[in-house]
Amino acid sequence: MSTYDASFRIWRGDAEGGELRDFTVEVNDGEVVLDIVHRLQATQTPDLAVRWNCKAGKCGSCSAEINGRPRLMCMTRMSTFERSETITVTPLRAFPVVRDLVTDVSFNYAKAREVPAFVPPRGVAPGAYRMQQVDVDRSQEFRKCIECFLCQDTCHVVRDHEENKTAFAGPRFLMRVAELDMHPLDAAEEAGLDRKRTAQEEHGLGYCNITKCCTEVCPEGIKITDNALIPLKERAVDRKYDPLVWLGSKIRRRADT
Amino acid sequence: MAQVDRQQWDVVVVGAGGAGLRAAIEARERGKRTAVICKSLFGKAHTVMAEGGIAASMGNVNEGDNWQVHFRDTMRGGKFLNQWRMAELHAKEAPDRVWELETWGALFDRTPDGRISQRNFGGHEYPRLAHVGDRTGLELIRTLQQKIVQLQQEDFKEYGDHEARLKVFQECTVTRVLKDGEPGAAGAPPGRRPGGRVSGVFCYERESGRFFVLEAPAVVLATGGIGKSFKTTSNSWEYTGDGHALALLAGAPLLNMEFVQFHPTGMVWPPSVKGILVTESVRGDGGVLRNSEGKRFMFDYVPDVFKEKYAESEEEGDRWYEDPDHNRRPPELLPRDEVARAINSEVKAGRGSPHGGVFLDVSTRMPAERIRRRLPSMYHQFKELADVDITAEPMEVGPTCHYVMGGIAVDSDTAATVGVPGLFAAGEVAGGMHGSNRLGGNSLSDLLVFGRRAGLHAAAYADGLAGAPPAVSQAEIDAAAEEALAPFHAAEGAENPYTLHQELQTTMNDLVGIIRREGEMAEALEKLAGLRARAARAGVEGHRQFNPGWHLALDLRNMLLVSECVARAALERTESRGGHTREDCPAMERGWRPVNLLCRPVEPAPGDPAADRIVLERTRTEPVRPDLLALFEKEELVKYLAEEELYE
Repeated sequence: MSTYDASFRIWRGDAEGGELRDFTVEVNDGEVVLDIVHRLQATQTPDLAVRWNCKAGKCGSCSAEINGRPRLMCMTRMSTFERSETITVTPLRAFPVVRDLVTDVSFNYAKAREVPAFVPPRGVAPGAYRMQQVDVDRSQEFRKCIECFLCQDTCHVVRDHEENKTAFAGPRFLMRVAELDMHPLDAAEEAGLDRKRTAQEEHGLGYCNITKCCTEVCPEGIKITDNALIPLKERAVDRKYDPLVWLGSKIRRRADT
Repeated sequence: MAQVDRQQWDVVVVGAGGAGLRAAIEARERGKRTAVICKSLFGKAHTVMAEGGIAASMGNVNEGDNWQVHFRDTMRGGKFLNQWRMAELHAKEAPDRVWELETWGALFDRTPDGRISQRNFGGHEYPRLAHVGDRTGLELIRTLQQKIVQLQQEDFKEYGDHEARLKVFQECTVTRVLKDGEPGAAGAPPGRRPGGRVSGVFCYERESGRFFVLEAPAVVLATGGIGKSFKTTSNSWEYTGDGHALALLAGAPLLNMEFVQFHPTGMVWPPSVKGILVTESVRGDGGVLRNSEGKRFMFDYVPDVFKEKYAESEEEGDRWYEDPDHNRRPPELLPRDEVARAINSEVKAGRGSPHGGVFLDVSTRMPAERIRRRLPSMYHQFKELADVDITAEPMEVGPTCHYVMGGIAVDSDTAATVGVPGLFAAGEVAGGMHGSNRLGGNSLSDLLVFGRRAGLHAAAYADGLAGAPPAVSQAEIDAAAEEALAPFHAAEGAENPYTLHQELQTTMNDLVGIIRREGEMAEALEKLAGLRARAARAGVEGHRQFNPGWHLALDLRNMLLVSECVARAALERTESRGGHTREDCPAMERGWRPVNLLCRPVEPAPGDPAADRIVLERTRTEPVRPDLLALFEKEELVKYLAEEELYE
């Protein structure tokens, strides 16, 4: 087993401000960036704040920016860097810093609440749900999401544009809308809820100009742009320009008043 | 006097994994204002790491399955030490709990006729595990999380406040369960006043370090397990035995803490990922275990009690995957305790893999495409963390501390703890359900079945106290605050909590691990006493805002208490059964079958930190109900039950 000393620069500070600090720290075979952060805690900086949980790439807690790129610290192996390279670890830029590498991700929990939940089909008892694998495949891909919020962090719509946060749900929650819209048994429509329209009008789908940055950073390899956002855009557009739908909406609206 | 924010709730749930969230949903749906409090972010609980599936006898793949078969498998897996009423309720209610998830939006893998698909797993007679690839736990937690959001959306419509009746306090830790008690007992240690009822919990926000109190007549503990007291473990940092310790400190006993499950297949290399789980689905789907000589060694390790149920040749075992009605299952699918011990023996005999495990191979058993579809997380995990392509070469695996069967003693039907009115427990933190060894897949179903029951009965209990909730005293709050701040006031020569934690993990791993010996366990108890004394002097730098050193210093109290329980009970039980293997007492003794070991706190708590904290008490298990016993053949019962039980 080979061991060496690596140079790390880690952002330390809080909401008031902070700075990059330099550390020299031991690295062993097979280790990941999170191992190194833990070693720093145990040996040099016991109060270095970092959020983590499973250390197996399954929970999506240890998101940070490593050399400027949004990544999971537990899935970033030290062997991907040159030994001489200085590795810089900073908190997610799109969210307010709490302390050191920990950010306030409450934006995401607020957005989650804005997406109406699954609507169970009327008259289908528990245990009587029947769906074909081929029909659940698409939504299952999106349900692989571990909510690490790297896509939310990297998306340029909000990354440097705080002002867009109110109107834009971000890739993760637009994908959630797509997931529900593609769920074979979701009865939103019967309940008077048009998920495609709300994607456009309430969750800011229009802000997305499909640069695929979200897909690039997804640690689960979910094709967020190609499989969720673009189809959702197409469906939303179909709906908007379908003359029958247009007519239907006018009639219903008139009947309502 | 500590000035802390106080809030009033009807039910407080500690822990936001499968059991905690299911309990919270139930309590809220019964009309109770419910608070959930968890150490991580909402949706990150350890449940996300569950891979294989949820065991429920829906009979979608093999119609022969039903609750009786599931019950039998569970009792066999637990070597008949299970609290049988829990095993019965679990087997009966699991299908409803799974189907209910679909109505909340869960998307399980499907059978060709559109039902929920079910897969094979160790110890289960039929394909029984509802699953989503190998990320079933994530589906479970996300579905429950989204159900909670849906309830909050309802409340927003009605009250204009998402959190009016259901609130998640994320990244907060509970350090004490508070109790009311006899007047004049002020100054007594918190939680220790005799005869008290639950009145709330004392907590701190991890982010700010701010203290607060949630007052509530009913508290559900759903904090999961204890794996972080061991060096090699599949468990996340949250698994510090908090609920176990909170219950003990409030006066509630723990049950059969000697039973700790070492999952047979954890990663062994590289060192930094040692212990991370390799799902049992690998074997359920056809993966085989081989030693360095290329031999499928599990055929040599089928114990007598299971001889009739497992294949005797590789050919028969292989045929079973296609034709399970006419062949017996391969021994790779024995219960986890058997497989873990077998791997341990092979490595010890010098037939291990280069990094001290054995080989687990799917690459020669199914096409690469099928592996990537059935086991996507495993493919990903080995590729990313170990540079191993599991479609082309075998994995190296070895035992890892995975689950504690022991836990808080509870009433089977209501999940109420013993002797502390208002305190409930569900999920891994509760004992009894799994006996001496848990079958894979029975955990997620346990969380749902008993999470719901705990929420239900906590709500009913809170109803009974509506209008007159037990009071929280300022003295208790002050004592809890002082205890939590102690690490900041450590004197010169303070101990580093990280160092203490590492020493604890090494002690438990090496001396109370998978194979146990009397002398080593006695040595462990001495070391634990030494660690307790040093932990009393644990000190931290910095301030209270998101300070991991401080958090660890507080968690140490819990880990040390729980470790003492495990070591003391393991030393007492002079036999081998399930997740308790003694080299000096290798046989399963029928005489021990009806014996429960209860860990009770020494009261009053001794002032000397090195003094024993735990006393053991032997109790007799309740006799199994005759109609349940009748589900087994007499010849099988003879292998398990004590002489006097057979003639009762």
